[in-house]
Amino acid sequence: MAITELSHYQQAILLLASLIVLTSFLMLGQSRLLRLVFIFAVQGILLAITTALAADVLDSPHLYISALLTLTLKGIFIPIMLQRLVLNMGLHRDMETLPNPARVMMGGTGLVVFSYYVCLPIVKLSPLITLNTIAISMAVVLLGMLLMITRRQAVAHVVGFMSIENGLFFAAVVSTYGMPMVVELGIAFDVLVAAVLFGVFFFHIRSSIDSLDVDQLNRLNEVEK
Amino acid sequence: MAWLLALLQTLLFIASAPLLAGWLKKVKCRLQNRRAPSLFQPYRDLRKLWRKEPIVAHPASWIFKAAPYIVLSTTVLAASIVPLIAVNLPTAKIADVVVLIGFFALGRFFLALAGMDIGTAFGGMGSSREMTVSALAEPAMLMAVFTLAMSASTTNLSVAMNYVLHTGLVLRPSFVFAMLGMMLVAVAETGRIPVDNPTTHLELTMIHEAMILEYSGRYLGMIEWASQIKLMLYGVLIVNIFFPWGIAQNFSPEALGFGALALTLKLAALTVVLGLSEVLFAKMRIFRVQEFLSFAYLLSLLGMLSHIILEVRH
Amino acid sequence: MIAVYLLLLIPLAGMLFLSRVRDSHQAGRINIRFNSLSLVASLWLAVDVLLEGPILSHSQMLYIDSFNVYLIALTAFVGLTTSIFSGPYMAHEQELGKVGKKRLRLYYTMYQGFMLAMYLVLTTNNMGVMWVAMEGATLATVLLVSLYRTPESVEAAWKYFILCGVGIAQALFGTVLLYFAAEQVHGIQETALLWTVLHEHASSLNPGVMSIAFVFLLVGYGTKIGLVPLHNWLPDAHSEGPTPMSAILSGLLLNDALYAVVRCKMLVDGSLGNHQAGNLMMGFGLLSFLVAALFLHRQTDIKRLFSYSSIEHMGLMTFAFGIGSPWATFAALFHMTTHSLTKSAIFVTVGYASQLAKTQRIEKIRGLIRTQPSIGWGLLIGTIAIAGFPPFGVFASEFLVLVATMNDYPWLTPLLLIGIGIAFAGLFRHIQPIVYGDVPEGQTAIRANMLPVMIHLGIVLFLGLAIPAFLGNWFNQATLLISGKLPL
Repeated sequence: MAITELSHYQQAILLLASLIVLTSFLMLGQSRLLRLVFIFAVQGILLAITTALAADVLDSPHLYISALLTLTLKGIFIPIMLQRLVLNMGLHRDMETLPNPARVMMGGTGLVVFSYYVCLPIVKLSPLITLNTIAISMAVVLLGMLLMITRRQAVAHVVGFMSIENGLFFAAVVSTYGMPMVVELGIAFDVLVAAVLFGVFFFHIRSSIDSLDVDQLNRLNEVEK
Repeated sequence: MAWLLALLQTLLFIASAPLLAGWLKKVKCRLQNRRAPSLFQPYRDLRKLWRKEPIVAHPASWIFKAAPYIVLSTTVLAASIVPLIAVNLPTAKIADVVVLIGFFALGRFFLALAGMDIGTAFGGMGSSREMTVSALAEPAMLMAVFTLAMSASTTNLSVAMNYVLHTGLVLRPSFVFAMLGMMLVAVAETGRIPVDNPTTHLELTMIHEAMILEYSGRYLGMIEWASQIKLMLYGVLIVNIFFPWGIAQNFSPEALGFGALALTLKLAALTVVLGLSEVLFAKMRIFRVQEFLSFAYLLSLLGMLSHIILEVRH
Repeated sequence: MIAVYLLLLIPLAGMLFLSRVRDSHQAGRINIRFNSLSLVASLWLAVDVLLEGPILSHSQMLYIDSFNVYLIALTAFVGLTTSIFSGPYMAHEQELGKVGKKRLRLYYTMYQGFMLAMYLVLTTNNMGVMWVAMEGATLATVLLVSLYRTPESVEAAWKYFILCGVGIAQALFGTVLLYFAAEQVHGIQETALLWTVLHEHASSLNPGVMSIAFVFLLVGYGTKIGLVPLHNWLPDAHSEGPTPMSAILSGLLLNDALYAVVRCKMLVDGSLGNHQAGNLMMGFGLLSFLVAALFLHRQTDIKRLFSYSSIEHMGLMTFAFGIGSPWATFAALFHMTTHSLTKSAIFVTVGYASQLAKTQRIEKIRGLIRTQPSIGWGLLIGTIAIAGFPPFGVFASEFLVLVATMNDYPWLTPLLLIGIGIAFAGLFRHIQPIVYGDVPEGQTAIRANMLPVMIHLGIVLFLGLAIPAFLGNWFNQATLLISGKLPL
């Protein structure tokens, strides 16, 4: 019964970790784009709070900068950008029919179990119980992929992509107290550029296939049509 | 002495259940800007029903007549084992959650039989829907209970509450998930919005009401009372398992009084949450109920997973 | 030391400068100049390293040893020759009205941006920065793939973006695990991600974590290499982007991604002390090699054809690095060089060929050798070279791979031979009619600068006949570094 030995801050980190994975699940089950973007923003904010808490618990001030970076980028900037795009392109009324959300969710729990299994040898290395969250972060990565697989909307793909980034960032925070500052800034820059490029791409895709349904991107094929 | 206390607690439980229903009604009315009936209106309703002569349809068999008694008695039995204002009562030895779920299942089984007994279309429809909902809700409930059991190493309610009391405030991810899952299950099992609407008799949406459509008088009164007790049971389970603070651990009058006060406040607060959710959400289509319940199951499952993944040192 | 900074500053300056040049003809020439400056810097650096041994910058952020310096020189060289080709080629595309001035400005700016990212991948000592730069390379090229804005090119770019983005995310997870493993050894330090530090302490890194990390790193960077089954983006991006893009993607990006994997493998080998990482690489490599060889047969687009050939050769190199013996490593390094040179030459020729025939569909490109002998011969010789015929360098390197395989895993040799045979047949059944077939009506010669092709193929031919002493020495040193032993 190890969680009882932790301070409340550390317990809060664990709790937030599980809430982050919950937001990933909510994203899987959400068929409206605006709500999807909103949940993504919530995930970003939770991540920022977790990072700030970790900075406090681990006494590593540079994590505060990371937290701030996450908050502005993943919690505010990218969601707002996506929201504007969705509104401008008139996608907010579209509802994607999800084929059997319950099955997707159960598949998601399978991924959680899988990531637990993969991360077990890592977790066993360290006496730190907060390291348990590394399995959660990997699950967030895999759930982001699952989101991308199950969706047809380009916006949903971007949300999935960004939530994969969230998972990776989370992994870095919990396992190694964040990456060195250079790397972290570099990653943040990459994410920012990627977000802008995605925005540009939405317009390209729409002008080429007249929708953002990526299932219609099917011209390039191995098999001759 | 202790047995007497247990008996008193059970009596208190079943006696105050209509009060909770009245309070819920009051909260909802306030939120909807309506004038609320008195807190004691449910008692008056029950008394009225009790006095009326029950009319029984011709094709009804003994099951139809026996069902209200069985439903009420299983519910009362269930209420008797749940620690209300004190733990460590003698009934605690049988206060197992699995037993509790068994009691519920027994009551529901007879109610569903009674629904089909007369052979009207509504009764059968209601029974089939009720069984569908419960078939989906029970796994979620059990999963939530098991999550709890993994932390407390027991399925005994009293012991589990003691455990939570003694470890103090621990922010357990698994408890949060289990609580959310249990709340959703409670909403489904007690037939509240958005799964079912207890105040409507619209044929397409009824679940619980469709089953008991043929009942009247005393029989109806028993069933209503049982469902009020059931609502309170779920409420007590949620508040006492996840927030047991204040519950009496010895049998001194002060502790018991404090326990009763704490429980009242906790239940009142929980009811406000329930009322809010009932006002904010619309009743969902019957075909979406399975999504709702699979989400409840997912929450409970996540609770269990987060216990295994996060809360244990490997 | 200065050379390293120059190498990074030149493309950066080029990027900033070219983003302001409006005249696209002039921009093409400026691009060539910046690339030749980079080549000079890289050669300077190469001489430095050859004379004085590995260079570690003061901040420990940059590290050049004989392994990456040779790739830097190769990158700079291919970057230059491709830029020589790309000036007239893009001008011609502009005349055809396929791209506007603004997009050409983007093109030249991002060309330098891509080169910057490549140099950063190669020179950095920090595994995290390496990841950032690798992702940067994707970001720089993704808009170039969709430069023509046709539905197909937008689709290819989207695929490229999403697949590579998701793929490389795995590599970041691997990098995090790497950092974690390092921190277990010597506490929380800023240096725990530096390759030199990691390599030094490789034996004390936790094997369990390292083997998990390597799986993620291999999958992540392997997406960039185009390893089957993560290769789907590669033929699309190559076929729909402008041809110079295909040349540098094939000739440089794939190599550099493989470079990243090999760097990681060196760490993992040091930690695990067994051949697990090598086995993984061999498996992925062999699979890519065989699958791509089979896919060669059913291609209808000439650029797709050669991009599958790239997958095939990258698979072979991954396989050879996976074997890990000095001979195999030597062969892989050698094959990296010959493949880069040959493949970029081929893509340049293919670019002309498709401009000539006004299509990329194989069945519409016919009779090149009669319409314009230089292009026809260029394509024929290039194909002969890439298929592994003597006396070209690819033959020598493939032969070395075979020898190394026969030495360590004799039972895998038949598979390799069959793969090479299938690939050869797949290439020639398509190329033979392209070169010799009947000339379609109205096909006329175009302005084509075959100089880069000649230079590349000339070098490849020369390498097939003799490896110059300095190059051999270079490969030997790199082999020593990677495999721990000298070949013979």
